[in-house]
Amino acid sequence: MADPMRIRAKVEGGKTTVRVLMSHEMESGQRKDAAGKFIPAMHISEVSASHNGQVVLTADWGSGVAKNPFLQFNVKGGKVGDKVSVTWKDNKGDTRTDEAVVA
Amino acid sequence: MQTRRETLKRSAIVAGLLATTGLFPQYALAFNKAAFEAKSLADAFKALGVAAPVESKDVTIVGPDIAENGAVVPFTISTTLAGVKQLLLLVEKNPSVLIAQFNMTDMVEANFVTRSKMGQSSDVYAVAVMNDGRAMFSKKEVKVTLGGCGG
Repeated sequence: MADPMRIRAKVEGGKTTVRVLMSHEMESGQRKDAAGKFIPAMHISEVSASHNGQVVLTADWGSGVAKNPFLQFNVKGGKVGDKVSVTWKDNKGDTRTDEAVVA
Repeated sequence: MQTRRETLKRSAIVAGLLATTGLFPQYALAFNKAAFEAKSLADAFKALGVAAPVESKDVTIVGPDIAENGAVVPFTISTTLAGVKQLLLLVEKNPSVLIAQFNMTDMVEANFVTRSKMGQSSDVYAVAVMNDGRAMFSKKEVKVTLGGCGG
């Protein structure tokens, strides 16, 4: 199981700004190890975010997203105390979900 | 090397998993592997089934003019257009040009911040794919200095 995500969600001017920092190696598949062999790609391929249980965003990512990916998005509306949860899944099938309360 | 059979099998498994978890209700397509492995912009758009995009002032991409570290380059992609289905981030000269694809819903604003890797100086594209299949883009040239001391 991967390390937890850090999620900050804040209500600002009628929208909820969500900032997510995921902990993931995001190996591109382009690098070679000491023996000159390609290190196989391992990256988050699918991200899904929901607000109070309703899916508000899905994203597909390639190997070009930087290591320990950062994502910021704005949910329309929202209020203090709402729940925001984010799920990612990598191309090896590993997955993680974390939840935060809107501040 | 993955065979076509394995790929198909895997996508079937993934699709099955998604269906059972109910996590991706609007998710008509499984992960578009071909698009993310595309080596050129034209190939990526073809794999996504998107028409060649037209340059538009209503799509914006914000990023550094010079990236000191190509491993982490922050970008903000956004659009003021209504009826956007997807927002894409592409780096023209990366080994795989398609970086990220954001699937919009009514609940979320067309404004995303994320960080990309860049192998070398390149044009970076933000593409808005509309519900009617049209695509708009804007681009920005980003220079990558590998030395890391800012040139």
